[in-house]
Amino acid sequence: MSDDIVNIEVNGETVQARKGQMLIEATDKVGAYVPRFCYHEKLSIAANCRMCLVEVEKAPKPLPACATPVSEGMKVFTRSPKAISAQKATMEFLLINHPLDCPICDQGGECELQDLSIGFGSDVSRYSERKRVVQDKSLGSLVSTDMTRCIHCTRCVRFGEEISGIPELGTCGRGENVKISTFIEKSIDHELSANIIDLCPVGALNSKPYRFSARAWEMEQRATIAPHDCVGSNIYAHVLRGKIKRVVPRTNEAINETWISDRDRFSYEGIYSSDRLLTPRIKRNGEWQDIQWDEALQELAAQLQKSAGGDTGVLASPSSTLEEFYLLARLAEKLGTANIDHRLRQQDFSDQKNDPVFPWLGCSIADVEDQNAILVVGSNLRKEAPILAHRVRKAALGGAAVSFLNTEVYPYFFSTDQYLKNTDLVAELASVAVAAAKVSGKPLPATVRDLCASAVSNAAQEATAKALLDADKGLVFSGLLANRHVAYAAIRQLVAAIAELTESSFGNLSEGANSAGACLAGVLPHRGIAGKVKDQTGASADQLIDAAAQAVILFNVEPDKDLSTDAVAKLADKKCVAAFTPFVSAALEESATLLLPIGTFAETSGTYVNVEGRWQSVAGVASPLGDSRPGWKVLRVLGNLLEVDGFEYVSSEDIRDELEQQLGASKETRTYKANGSAAKVGKGAAVQDVPIYQIDAVVRRAGALQRTPEALRSESGEAK
Amino acid sequence: MSDGAVLSEHVREEIDRWKARFPEGKQRSAVISALHAVQHENHGHLTVEQLNAVAEYLELPTIQVYEVATFYSMFETKPVGRHNISICTNVSCMLRGADELVDHVEKKLGIGLGESTADGRIYLKREEECLAACCGAPMMMVDHKYHENLTTDEVDSILDGLD
Repeated sequence: MSDDIVNIEVNGETVQARKGQMLIEATDKVGAYVPRFCYHEKLSIAANCRMCLVEVEKAPKPLPACATPVSEGMKVFTRSPKAISAQKATMEFLLINHPLDCPICDQGGECELQDLSIGFGSDVSRYSERKRVVQDKSLGSLVSTDMTRCIHCTRCVRFGEEISGIPELGTCGRGENVKISTFIEKSIDHELSANIIDLCPVGALNSKPYRFSARAWEMEQRATIAPHDCVGSNIYAHVLRGKIKRVVPRTNEAINETWISDRDRFSYEGIYSSDRLLTPRIKRNGEWQDIQWDEALQELAAQLQKSAGGDTGVLASPSSTLEEFYLLARLAEKLGTANIDHRLRQQDFSDQKNDPVFPWLGCSIADVEDQNAILVVGSNLRKEAPILAHRVRKAALGGAAVSFLNTEVYPYFFSTDQYLKNTDLVAELASVAVAAAKVSGKPLPATVRDLCASAVSNAAQEATAKALLDADKGLVFSGLLANRHVAYAAIRQLVAAIAELTESSFGNLSEGANSAGACLAGVLPHRGIAGKVKDQTGASADQLIDAAAQAVILFNVEPDKDLSTDAVAKLADKKCVAAFTPFVSAALEESATLLLPIGTFAETSGTYVNVEGRWQSVAGVASPLGDSRPGWKVLRVLGNLLEVDGFEYVSSEDIRDELEQQLGASKETRTYKANGSAAKVGKGAAVQDVPIYQIDAVVRRAGALQRTPEALRSESGEAK
Repeated sequence: MSDGAVLSEHVREEIDRWKARFPEGKQRSAVISALHAVQHENHGHLTVEQLNAVAEYLELPTIQVYEVATFYSMFETKPVGRHNISICTNVSCMLRGADELVDHVEKKLGIGLGESTADGRIYLKREEECLAACCGAPMMMVDHKYHENLTTDEVDSILDGLD
């Protein structure tokens, strides 16, 4: 260990640094700030901006701190006259071609160049020649460009090469004519691409939807969680007078590091769509009328009381908050119905009695990149959970054998070990299970023997199993295509068997932001609050509309998009369909009898439980629009009208704490144990791949995302 | 797009030959040679289609090929005349009258630096950096061939001798 440490001196202070570390890491550690543009801790070192020049004793010239490794006894001066003069000279060069358009630049006020020019720039420019002008590029609907402002730090170029894996941008030309470019106009087409907005130290790359709509210093930065996938990326909403103007990543090394997906960044546009429902509405004699909240809820309470327990059903979006789920579960309990579910896209429920208390990934999100072998089953991972796909990519770049098993080939930007493609997922998995038994020399678990009866393994399947078996840390997990598969039970048993045989961790992705929360809170037909097994199992999501003869509560659900195609017609026949929804649509108007405006994720406080079981509670960040109210408050009032005991919650924290108390140890119970042999394959579509920008009601209304090449491709039905 | 249609048999052989000189996975090093081979067969310039084909053939992201093609002054990305004339204007040549040579040639051909004659005969390259023939200054390069210690008369006869 001591061999790895060197002692250096920074501005006279002794500092210990790791061998091979760059100077800038050591100076950052002791808080001796060195100005920089091209250096970024998540990217490779380019050393092309030259802003971080520092003086090093015995070195004849100033050295770039970002590209100079520490060595024993090095004496570094970051603020000496020589260092400062080198930094000032660099700044003078950088400003030669930079336009003085800060007053109309969106980066103004949060610009690294602007900040550093205060410290290192001169009041007067000695440069009197003409400034360079670079034509802007059209990079699609998400990123705006003002390329004249570019200082060629190449962070965006390196992001493409190293993080997203698609080098989309590059430096074309040379010398003064260098341009960051896609050479020929091409849209940036990757689910993480908009992170270049944050990376750009100047105003060259900015958020297009946000363009010219606010100033950095006017807005408040409020922490929240992105609710579109099971990762639960940490984000900041930048809010001006109660309205979200933009979303940026909130660094959390355990989850999203410093990145967020484009979906998480631009979904906020959907909040302000013209589809927002602003007042409660009721359908009387086929006509929609605006009504008051109290009237609406009294009407709903009366209807629910009239409908016998089993004739009522509740369907909730898996991206609702834990608090909303818990109140819905309590209301259902009070109404005496077990017809409650959040698994809207699942088709096979035959093995649900063996579900763990809540679904999880099999390891923490950060651990994914440390795996030595990973097998991903039934998942279009980049679209389902972009941040998780990035972790898997990091594992692959670190040398892990990453294999996929899918019905079709989804492209990844790293070398995959095996890509097992088979339209019959169950048959392919059975063969892999046989392969796993063969390479491990262990017998197939009894639960899958029937499924594997006629399966034979081939070389690719055996290589996949062998990689998992040989790995110190192996992980097998299934994705959302598996969850929605007609033979999910069989798939899960086989995946679990493969994990068992190869001594790997086993897990699965879950729908929405909070499937785990829904399970813990009891929004399930077979389990109650805290995973308690119900005496009588209710109807699961696919049967629920048929089972609930009288009344259905839709919570954050769009029946035409989130449920099956015939759901709208079936709901239209019900006596009472109360839709708690931020949005109104033709399908909702047709299917519902009562529309209750609730806030989107940004307008309510609440808790999300992500795929690693992490609880993340956030406050509401934006003002609710119109008369819309946070979902939990509406449910609380409804509960009071229905006289549910102990429904006097003052805050969402009260609700969360009450649930947490009830959970006790079951909060940690997340391991699936196969029991009994798998069910027969059901009816329906085998694979349902929901396009990345169609996943929930908010995203579906986010304009800029809908104009991306990705969205246009899925609209026209092209392969992903 | 299939690379076969864009890259000739010969070019592909040439690229393979260069690729084999570098370690596995370092085929990016062969881009310059590949582009030379393609440009040579395409009247001295490269098309976007060809750049894409080279990228595809070498299994590289297209941008990495664009970067090289636009960085080096030896690669042209627009059609040019068939004879490539570069007059060195760096220090030694400048001191020995390169600027007058450039003026003379521009007048004679009726084109400026960076332009080609209308008949497609001659391309006058923009601002060539030092071509490492300072002892023979002023000099110019015509289709990879050096001509040194030039006078305007000699330049005339060289240019007139081109087909």
